[in-house]
Amino acid sequence: MLTKGLPRGWIFGFAISFALTMMLTWSLVYLLVKGTGIWGINIPIGWGFAIINFVWWIGIGHAGTLISAVLLLFRQDWRTSINRFAEAMTLFAVACAGIFPLMHMGRPWLAYWMVPYPNTMAIWPQFRSALVWDVFAVSTYASVSLLFWYVGLVPDLATLRDRAQNKYSKFAFGVFALGWRNSARHWHRYHRAYLLLAALATPLVVSVHTIVGFDFATSLIPGWHNTMFPPYFVAGAVFSGFAMVATLSIPLRYIYNLQDFITERHLDNMGKVMLATGLMVAYGYVMEGFYAWYSANEYETYMQVNRMVGPYAPAYWALIFCNIIVPQLLWSHKCRTTPWILFLITLVISVGMWLERFVIVVTSLHRDFLPSSWDMYYPTAWDWMTYIGTIGLFFALLFIFIRILPMISLFEMRELVEQTTKAAEAVQSPENAGPDSPARRK
Amino acid sequence: METRPLSRKLYGLMASFDTADELLHAAEAAYAAGYRKMDGYSSFPVEGLDDALGIRPTRLPYGTLAAGIVGGLTGYGLQYYCNVISYPLNIGGRPLYSWPAYIPVTFELTILFAAFFTVLGMLAANGLPMPYHPVFNAPEFSFASRDKFFLCIESVDKRFDLERTREFLETLHPHQVSEVPR
Repeated sequence: MLTKGLPRGWIFGFAISFALTMMLTWSLVYLLVKGTGIWGINIPIGWGFAIINFVWWIGIGHAGTLISAVLLLFRQDWRTSINRFAEAMTLFAVACAGIFPLMHMGRPWLAYWMVPYPNTMAIWPQFRSALVWDVFAVSTYASVSLLFWYVGLVPDLATLRDRAQNKYSKFAFGVFALGWRNSARHWHRYHRAYLLLAALATPLVVSVHTIVGFDFATSLIPGWHNTMFPPYFVAGAVFSGFAMVATLSIPLRYIYNLQDFITERHLDNMGKVMLATGLMVAYGYVMEGFYAWYSANEYETYMQVNRMVGPYAPAYWALIFCNIIVPQLLWSHKCRTTPWILFLITLVISVGMWLERFVIVVTSLHRDFLPSSWDMYYPTAWDWMTYIGTIGLFFALLFIFIRILPMISLFEMRELVEQTTKAAEAVQSPENAGPDSPARRK
Repeated sequence: METRPLSRKLYGLMASFDTADELLHAAEAAYAAGYRKMDGYSSFPVEGLDDALGIRPTRLPYGTLAAGIVGGLTGYGLQYYCNVISYPLNIGGRPLYSWPAYIPVTFELTILFAAFFTVLGMLAANGLPMPYHPVFNAPEFSFASRDKFFLCIESVDKRFDLERTREFLETLHPHQVSEVPR
């Protein structure tokens, strides 16, 4: 929550991301006018950027839920200073993700056909299709993430309401704070509800990327038809998501002097999570090769060989470099705690995870079973504009968020300060007890 | 005019404290003194305050469980109805009732129903949203969401007596004791 002035950096960053959002709007409007033919997709590569970017964005979103729900259940106190904006990141990433399959349908105004409702056509969605599971998984994920984020915000909105300087902001915050009055009876139910939501969100986040993995695994395409996909996708999602959280938090802590909140310990822990999930992903790549050989299936073997030495080999080796080789730097404590090194590593990981989806989607499809159907996939300018436009939308939403809402959870920070002060008092004299109590300054 | 009971004009007496520990001790003392209709106000959930105030554990988790079960049955039943009853399609003699394919949607609806019930149930049990509440009339109450701690003994409590309750609250060394008008 930033009230004083409009920093020039904010205006500059927002202006760029807003311009990119406008580019997204333009490319989507043109898509609606012309149809999906403006994209580089064609049979046999029917999925292209739409699915690559969908999976990439959804994966990024997963770290937010993981940080806010899973780390809450495991009582990892360090999550408190990053969970709020990680949750916001989840929401915005899911919003960006949702654009792609919606537009990929070609006639997005008929999107409601995916919802089961009694209709005059007398048909139902195909519940045996992973794509229909996706509809349920992603819409549930988006709504539960929104609930979780909003419930976490309510007490903070009450604080903002009580601190508001003018009646308009007091009214606006007051409406969204729902009349929260910090009552102990309310806190009691609130606390329980928050834990329950965390317990519900934890299996949910795993299920969402599992189902995204099913989109591939339940097909009969070489390189996709693989039982390993669900866990491998979940690990990849956490990997790329934590990379994005670190990518965002490192500049934020510099620009807004949040070193007391987002400490070296946070960077260190995020680095460790990235290292662990990165190794899981690496295991996945190795196993893909192993399955291709062990299956003794000529299509599987050919797909893997084509991936490594075929026309898309540079993308494959770039992804191996980005996702396996570079993350090994995270073994070093110095790399994990030096912000600029970690920042560069996270950018490399984000690129690598995008390439991973590109390689999975494109190399499996472009060499169809019959050589007569082989084709190459080249994204068009509209593909790139849509993709870069969603990055602009993501950042524009984040800029608005850090401008008008507290990006660090106020009440959880107070709770944490209270607990750590108590714990410190138990072992030390009261004078030098506690951390440097950043929240006390509020 | 003056026959109106006190509780119609006065919501309660509000004592303010500087630390969470003081509030916790005050709540324990008030409970020991026999007060029941009271509430604490703090900017974060104070550990142990719900026990001190005699708040019974919420039954919200049972509701969440029930909502989850209803959601799961809804998801499963929906797919069964669509595939087996409403529009059975014989594709190569494969079974109409293919339950493994129903699991993902069943799971998602379980979570969806449970999560919505948890949030809406929590808000409903807390009586939120509530645009007006008398406690906001207490002086300095806006600090309840920052760094002050409050204990309010409500006038509907059986033992509530304006003079005696005020004297009792003064013994707890509060920052200030004030009347909260309705």
